[in-house]
Amino acid sequence: MVEPAIEVRGLRKSYGALEAVRGIDLRVERGEVFALLGPNGAGKTTTVEILEGHRTRTAGEVSVLGHDPGHHDRAYRERIGIVLQQTGVDEYLTVREVVSMVAGYYPKPRDVDEVIALAGLTEQADRRVRKLSGGQKRRVDLAVALAGDPELLFLDEPTTGFDPSARRQAWETVRGLTELGKTIFLTTHFMDEAQALAHRLAIIADGRIVEVGSADELIGARSHASRVRFRLPEGLSPPEGLGARPQASAPAWELETDSPTRTLSELTAWALAQGTELADLEVRRRSLEDVYLQLTSEATEARAEAGTEAAPAMEVGA
Amino acid sequence: MNGAALALRQVAYENRAFWRNPAAAFFTFAFPLLFMLIFNVLFGEGAARFFTPAIIVFGVITATFTNLAMTITIARDEGVLKRIRGTPLPTWAYLAGRIGHAVAIAFLLVVIVAGFGALLYGVPVPWEAVPAMLAVLVVAAVTFSALGLALSGVIPNADAAPAIVNAVVLPALFISNVFFQMSAAPDWLDAVSHVLPTRHFADAMIGLYDVGASGAVPWTEIGVIAAWGVAGVLLALRFFTWEPRR
Repeated sequence: MVEPAIEVRGLRKSYGALEAVRGIDLRVERGEVFALLGPNGAGKTTTVEILEGHRTRTAGEVSVLGHDPGHHDRAYRERIGIVLQQTGVDEYLTVREVVSMVAGYYPKPRDVDEVIALAGLTEQADRRVRKLSGGQKRRVDLAVALAGDPELLFLDEPTTGFDPSARRQAWETVRGLTELGKTIFLTTHFMDEAQALAHRLAIIADGRIVEVGSADELIGARSHASRVRFRLPEGLSPPEGLGARPQASAPAWELETDSPTRTLSELTAWALAQGTELADLEVRRRSLEDVYLQLTSEATEARAEAGTEAAPAMEVGA
Repeated sequence: MNGAALALRQVAYENRAFWRNPAAAFFTFAFPLLFMLIFNVLFGEGAARFFTPAIIVFGVITATFTNLAMTITIARDEGVLKRIRGTPLPTWAYLAGRIGHAVAIAFLLVVIVAGFGALLYGVPVPWEAVPAMLAVLVVAAVTFSALGLALSGVIPNADAAPAIVNAVVLPALFISNVFFQMSAAPDWLDAVSHVLPTRHFADAMIGLYDVGASGAVPWTEIGVIAAWGVAGVLLALRFFTWEPRR
C-alpha cells in the first residue's frame, strides 16, 4: 500500500497556557485535494504551519512524505510548495526573475515559463511584481510555490480577499494541478471553496477535528433532512402539523423534514384544496454550510459547558 | 547547486533589485557625499584629510548596519523571510547573500568617497596603506552587517525601524571621531567611546589615511571590531526571527 502524503496523530500545539490545537488526527492520500475548513481562530493556520515546518509542535506524531517537518531539513523542503497567507517576494524583481530565482533552489524545478503559465501570469511575466494587482500578486505566490515542481502543495486560505471571478479562476488553476498528480492541502473558511475543490475535507473547530469526509458524506452522515421552501399569498398559513416556520422574507415559509415525499404530498394536497399556488417551491438537502455551522457551534457550546472559556481567536503567524 | 553558489546567485538578484529602487540606491551614495561637502564647507581647508576617512567609515556603516537592519526588518514584515525559509535555500545562504551584497555596496562607496576626496579636496589615497585598509574594511563590514542583523531581531516592526536604527547609530557615530573630533571630549566620554566598534573603525581608518602613516595593520582596532563582530553573530543567532513580530 502506498504511504500516505500526510499522516498526523495526536497533534497538539500550545502557546503558553493557550492550547491552539488539541489533539488532531489526519490522513491525506497522495494525489488528493484535502481541505481543512474552519472559522478564524480554529487552529487551521497553526496546523498547516506545523505541517509546512514553519512551526514546532507541542506533542503528537507528524509524517509528511515520510519526513518529520519539525526537523526542517532541506530534503523535505525540496518536495513541498507553500503558499502563505501573505505575499512575500522582492517586489522590484519581475515575475520571471522571481520564479527563476526560486526555481534555482530546487534540484528538479519545473520549466519557468510553464510555471508562469500555470499560474496564469504569462502576460505579466516581464512586469515587476510591485506593478501587479493584488490578485496577480497572489498568483505570483502560487507560481513561487510551484517553481520547484513539488509533490505536495500547501495553500493557506488561497482566495481570501479575491473577487468572485478571481476565485473561480484560482479554483480552475488548483483543479489543473490535481490533474498533474499533485497532492494539495488547503485551508479555507469558505464552504463553497472546500466543496468545489476538495475530495475530502476536515472541519476544525476550537483546535479539534469535528468531522472528516467528502462533502457528501459530511452532509449525509449528520442527517438526511430536506429543506422545503415556498411562498403563500399574504394571510394564508400552511397546516400546523408540518412545522413550517415563516421566514424573514415573508410571505415565505420553510420547513425541515426527514420524509420529504410524505411532507410534500400533504403540502401539495393542502394547497390544491385551498386552490392556491406554492410559489417558488424548492426542496433541497441540507447544505455543507448547515452542517458546518451546526458542528462548529456544537464545539463551542461543548467548551462553554465544560466550564472553560472558549479560547480566544488565535491564528498565530497568519 | 551548493550553498556557496546559491549565496552568490542571491547577491546577484539582490543587486538587481537594489538598483531598481533608484531613490534608495541614490541616497545610499548621495548621503555620505553630501555630508562630506557640508563638513568641508563648515570646517574649511584641511578638514578633508580628516573627513575623507571619517566619511568612508560613515558610508560603510550606512551600507551595512543601517541598510541591513532596515531592509531585513521590512523583508521580515512583508513575509519575504518566511517565504524563503519554506524553500530549500539554506537560510545561511540567504543571509550570506544579503550580507555579501551589503559589503559589495560598502566597498563601492569606499572607492567613491576616496575618489571624491582625492579629486575634489586633494586628499591623496595612501596606496601603501591599502592592504591594511582592506583588512580593516573587511572585518568592519562583516561586523556591522552582523550587528545589523542582530538589531533587526529586536526591532518590533518595519515602521519602527528607522527611528530605532538611527537612535543606535547616530549617538555612536557622534562620539566616535566620525562627525566630530574627540580630542576635546571629557575623559569619561572618551572612555565610553573606546568601547564601541565605531570608534575603533574610525581611528583605524583615520590613522591609515594620515600623512606619514606607516601603513602597518592596526591589530588592536581590528581585534576590538572583530570582537564586536563575534558578539553580533551571537546576538543575531539569539534574536533573529524569520517571521513578523507582533
